[in-house]
Amino acid sequence: MAVDGKARAGIERQISLPNREAVRIALRSLRIRIWRSLITVAGIVLAIAFLSSVITSGIVSEGIRQVTGAEVGTTAQERATQIWLISISLLVCVVGITNAMLMSVTERYREIGTMKCLGALDWFVVKLFLLEAGFLGLAGSLVGALVGFLAAVLAAMAQHDSVLTSVPWSKALGGLAGAIAVGGVVSVIGAVYPARRAGRMPPADAMRTEI
Amino acid sequence: MAEQTAQPATADADSAAQHEYAVKTMRVSKEYVMGKQTLMALKGVSIEIKTGEYISIMGPSGSGKSTLFNMIGGLDKPTGGKVYIDEVDISGLDAYELAWLRCRKIGYIFQTFNLIPVMTALENCTLPMIFAGMSTQDAMDKGAELLSLVGLGDRIRHKPLELSGGQQQRVACARALANDPAIILADEPTGNLDLKTGKEIIALLRKLNREKGVTIISATHDLKMLDVSDRIIWIRDGQVDKIESRAELDIAVGTLEGEEA
Repeated sequence: MAVDGKARAGIERQISLPNREAVRIALRSLRIRIWRSLITVAGIVLAIAFLSSVITSGIVSEGIRQVTGAEVGTTAQERATQIWLISISLLVCVVGITNAMLMSVTERYREIGTMKCLGALDWFVVKLFLLEAGFLGLAGSLVGALVGFLAAVLAAMAQHDSVLTSVPWSKALGGLAGAIAVGGVVSVIGAVYPARRAGRMPPADAMRTEI
Repeated sequence: MAEQTAQPATADADSAAQHEYAVKTMRVSKEYVMGKQTLMALKGVSIEIKTGEYISIMGPSGSGKSTLFNMIGGLDKPTGGKVYIDEVDISGLDAYELAWLRCRKIGYIFQTFNLIPVMTALENCTLPMIFAGMSTQDAMDKGAELLSLVGLGDRIRHKPLELSGGQQQRVACARALANDPAIILADEPTGNLDLKTGKEIIALLRKLNREKGVTIISATHDLKMLDVSDRIIWIRDGQVDKIESRAELDIAVGTLEGEEA
């Protein structure tokens, strides 16, 4: 790398995209495609609702068992099946997010190229796409986790009388938070490949008119 | 490898005092490998563009015009030869330095405007300044100022789709000026505009060139452009065909259009 000459002309290194701006840009990109964003979110809601309901019903049954001594809950066999189903649903969720984000990258080819012409580094673009996926993931997980939680609690209340008094609520809330975190992480994982692809796009592509 | 060296226009009195070159290319070549075939898009192009000049690059499609343009803009790297922007060899720059160069030294104007559709005119203008590390408030102030300069002071909150083509291209001009670049690269800036709007954009570019001293390099098919250019570089078959200064030109542009200015 030639170092001489650079200093003379005052070439510096590009600095970062402030987080506040990145968040604003990412949120706006989601808002402008609100229906598509909501469809992607729906996939996450379903997967996380399932996860959350399984976690919550496990905690609820355990609480009831401890308080009343009644034989409730799942067998080890059922437990294994549940874990298998959860894994599959999360995997489907990741694939769904990857697909949605890839579509988004293709659609915004010129936008990404333009940003790079304006001085965006590869990782600015990566950051924007990961943020978008993260927001979708958190929104979907929040809704999904609550839906699953309520469904599990209501289902338990339909079968047992003393649910509200016997459930360890702090533990149940911990399960809720766990489900939300899993949703967020899964979404970001799904966006890694599309985001990197967007980041690596050569800026010259923005100049092409036939896209 | 064919080589053709362009002489800077000595007749150009405006830039006679300047000795600095905004852009210099030395025997730049570019090969594209397509399967088993190698396509030589550029065959050793050497040009020198002085600071403050208004240059048009003309040539038929497939002549290598766009390839040369991308090299000058630091958007693509040459297979052979060197490109100097403000006397810096850009092949020696890493990704961070290239991004800085694109952000600070060069302003781009595209045929298809390329505004970010989700952002307002003002936000489009401020984006390069935010990349450059300017505070949001300063960037907003300067963005509003630039938009008034291009005659869109009353449209800063509009989204690109709420603006006409000419207005969008004006926003793009304001955006290109965001970080006070040394060079503005315009790729067919009037290609998607009607005659009248195209003329307005050309007049605007000329004004920016005169008032701000920005070097303007424009790839174009548009004969209207010739009228305002200091020099015209004709590219043919990956080589410099000829370089003409405006004084040498003998084209009556006004009569081609049959329209009042």
